[in-house]
This record gives sequence, structure tokens and C-alpha cells, in this order.
Amino acid sequence: MGSVGAKEVPVLLDADGRRIDGRKLDELRPIQIRAGALRQADGSAFVEWGQNKVMAAVYGPREVHPRHLQQSTKAVIQCKYNMAAFSVDERKRPGLDRRSQEISKVIAEAFESVVFAEEFPRTSIDVYIEVLQANAGTRCAGLVAGSVALADAGIPMVDLLPAVAVGKVAGSIALDLKKEEDNFGEADLPMALVPQSGRLVLLQMEGHMTEEELARALDLGVGGCKVIYEKMKQALRERYSVAPVPTEAA
Amino acid sequence: MPRGHRPGHRSDGREASASHPPRDRVLVLPGEELPSRGLKPGPGTYRVGGKVYASQLGLLAPRPPFVQVVPLSGRYLPKPDDRVVGTVTDVQSTFWLLDIGAPRWAPLHMTGTPWKVDVGETERYLRVGDAVVVRVENLDATGRIGVTMVGEELGKLEGGTIVRISPARVPRLVGRSGSMIATITQHTGAEIAIGQNGRIWIGGSPEAIRRVHDVLRMIEENGPRSGLTDRVERFLIATTPTGGGPAEGETVRVVPHDEGPPDEPAVPAGDEPEGPTESDDE
Repeated sequence: MGSVGAKEVPVLLDADGRRIDGRKLDELRPIQIRAGALRQADGSAFVEWGQNKVMAAVYGPREVHPRHLQQSTKAVIQCKYNMAAFSVDERKRPGLDRRSQEISKVIAEAFESVVFAEEFPRTSIDVYIEVLQANAGTRCAGLVAGSVALADAGIPMVDLLPAVAVGKVAGSIALDLKKEEDNFGEADLPMALVPQSGRLVLLQMEGHMTEEELARALDLGVGGCKVIYEKMKQALRERYSVAPVPTEAA
Repeated sequence: MPRGHRPGHRSDGREASASHPPRDRVLVLPGEELPSRGLKPGPGTYRVGGKVYASQLGLLAPRPPFVQVVPLSGRYLPKPDDRVVGTVTDVQSTFWLLDIGAPRWAPLHMTGTPWKVDVGETERYLRVGDAVVVRVENLDATGRIGVTMVGEELGKLEGGTIVRISPARVPRLVGRSGSMIATITQHTGAEIAIGQNGRIWIGGSPEAIRRVHDVLRMIEENGPRSGLTDRVERFLIATTPTGGGPAEGETVRVVPHDEGPPDEPAVPAGDEPEGPTESDDE
């Protein structure tokens, strides 16, 4: 994130209702998802979403490290969200900080609510999310990548977990904020949806919205999640369209 | 969160699927509603409010009275009697811990070996990094895996290389009544030990190992098409080094388990054969 106030506020919404990159209020940035991007991991995915580039790798279920985190009745789900030093304009100081710890925690909790963790007691399912290029909405991109990677790793779960942020820019509710809109907008509302049940398993908000605006934002976000859900499924279908089937087996 | 009833043990379904691969091959994804038509939710599925959904990425397989999903990916899930290739990850005074690619490490107790091991002497027989062929003996509800080294074609592996493939591809590597693996050993002269866990040990000359490695990659990449054995054979004939016809080879050879314990103590013995090297680029 750049420092707000240092720069002049750009025109976020023009007279035609077009946003800074020409999108309409209810339009997503282009999104591309590739399942199975890494060889070493049990499951992986690469997401390019607007100017975000996010890689996710899933390992497990496997032995828990550190051992004391082990749970006797279910798998623990550990998530590490990390931004590369080169992912933003000004060098990001590498390593854990308050922000990445929080995001790791909320993403892990979102996954916990969909994964059938009790099938693998005393193990760990590790989700690594590496942000290579950031342009607002990286926790949502991370959730999408992590979720596709979990499916790719054969982890049993209720559903895939599409996610998107809705915000308020220049007084209007807008879907999928990019960096300038996030920096100079009035509110940001990331969410993750379980399409199967219609539940939200991640919902955070920064800034201010009225009750009506919040309702509109939730509507817009759920609609956006459904579009992203289709892209996620498509990525997995592409990866497994040449699905290996042991037809020669005895 | 609503959770459906999940009857039966997962391994039951997988066992059935191994002998009867689904013909229709419908790919389903987590969260997808399945046409259950009164069938009960089996492995890889869950039920909410009378509807059955897939919980895993895999192929839809109606197996009355259950509807189930046969996974296409994921870690190796052990079944009793599976023969697996593992590496030692930890040595305790009465047992070793083996990485067999499963969710958990599998303890190999010293009484489960063909050797007379004294307490505290385990490291004289197997050390961290050593490779073994063992058989899955029992599983308990907590996911603990019991393995044994006593039995036919079980034991320590000397030299060679281990290559990982997806456990789902192992039946393909074996082929119909072993035709594929017989073809490969015949044309390369390599010794091969196939673990049901997708870890393949290859012994022999560097050239033979390299050729088997190429073939494994070919098998991994060419999933659905039939006639794979023929294509592998043609590939092997085409790449046979000049002057060398089909070489002799056994299907499987492991160090016989009646070889007895090593006589020298475990202190560094420089002339000992090198342990297998792990090759991760499957």
C-alpha cells in the first residue's frame, strides 16, 4: 500500500460511471487461473487477477510441524501468506508482519470451515500463498489460488472458495477494487463465499458504509464470487481433462 | 457447517475402484451436486439436506447402494497388504519411522524385520535416508500405519534411485497382469521395485535407470489413451542403444530378507554401498 495523502487523489469515477481502468461498477478485473502449476507440491495453482500474480502450493495431509500443534481428532490447517519483496512499487520488507499474520490467520480459518479435516487426524494441511505482484485484493486472489490448490491436492472439502473484494469509490459501491481505488476509496470489503451453502466464511471491512451500501456490496460481492467460482472450476477441468484413468489395470 | 453422513471406510471404495475403473469418466469437483437417485453418499461425497455433493476432485462412480468419487490426485492413502517403498526419516531405539508418502510416517518396529535387532541397536540396520520395501499390515482409526518387513520381496534397498509417480498411476505402470512392467524390465535390464505408494525404486546401470526414468515420465503424462504398453515398447525399441538388444531383467528384485544382519557395527563404513538417491522430478 502506498502512503495515502502523499499523492493527489485521482479521478476514480468519471461522468459516464467508468472507473479508473475503464471498468463499470459491477465489473471484475480479468482473471486467469491455472491449476497444477508446481511439480513438487501435492496441489498448486497460479492466479493472475488484474495486476495481481499469486502462487499457491498445498502440502499434505502430512506430519505436523511443530509437533505441539497436532490435534488428535482432525488435521490442522496452516496457512502462510507472504508478499515478495518485489511485489509492490516500494520494496516490501520481507518476512512476517502484522498484516501478513492476520491474512494468514483469516485465510486458514476460511479453509478450516470447508475442509473435512476430521478425515486426517494428527496431520497438517499446509497452504502456502506467495504474492509475486500486488495490486489490491491479494487476500482474495490468495484464497482463490489456495482453494484451487487444495482441490488439486485431492483434499476433501465442502466446496471451492471463491473470494472477491467490494469497495466504495467516489461514493459508489464498486466490485473488485484495484490499487488506486483501494488507496483512495472510502471502504474495502473482502469476502469469501461457499457457493454450495451460500455462506460467507470470510468478511472483513475497512472504512465506512451505510447499511444500504453494505447490502448492495454484499449482493455485488456474492455475484462476483459466482463468476470467479466458474473460472476456478474451469481451471480444474482443464487440468484434469486428460484425466488419468487406469484402463489397462488388471 | 452442515456435514453429510459419510459411511464406510475410505479404503473400501478405493479397493473396489482399483479393479473396476469407472467407464463413464465424469469429472466432478468439490461442491458439485451429484445425481444420487436414491444412492447413499459413499467415499469422496457428503450429503446435505437430501442432496449428495462431491467432496473431492475425481471421477464419479455410482456403485449401488452408494455413489462415490474416485480421487485423481492426492497423497497415497495406505491399504492393508499394499507393498510400498519408503525412506527412513527417524531412528528410535526400538523402531524406525518411514516416509511412505502417506499423510503420516509409518513406524517399522524392530520385531517387524527379518533381523534380530537389540534395543538401541536399530541404527546398525537402517539409518536415516535408507530405502526399504515394506508391506502395510494394519491401519487404525487415527491414521496410524503399521508396516512390516517380514515377507516375500520385502527388505532393504541397496543403491539405485527412487522416482515418484502419482499413486493413481501405479496400476498403469504395472499394466494388465504385469505386462507393462515386464516390457520395461525386458528392454532396459533395470531392476524395478514398484511401491503402491507411487515410489518406484530403480536399480541397475545409470543408462538403464535413465531409460526407466524416461518411461515413467511418459506413463505419467499419457493418461487416458489406451495402447500405452505398445507405445512404451516402441519407444524403448527406438531408444535402445546400438548393439544392445533387449536385456535380461527381473521384474522385481530386492535384497533378500534372509541375508542376516550386517556384521560390522554401524560406525562409518566407507566401503558400504551407497544408499539410494531420491529423485524428486518425477
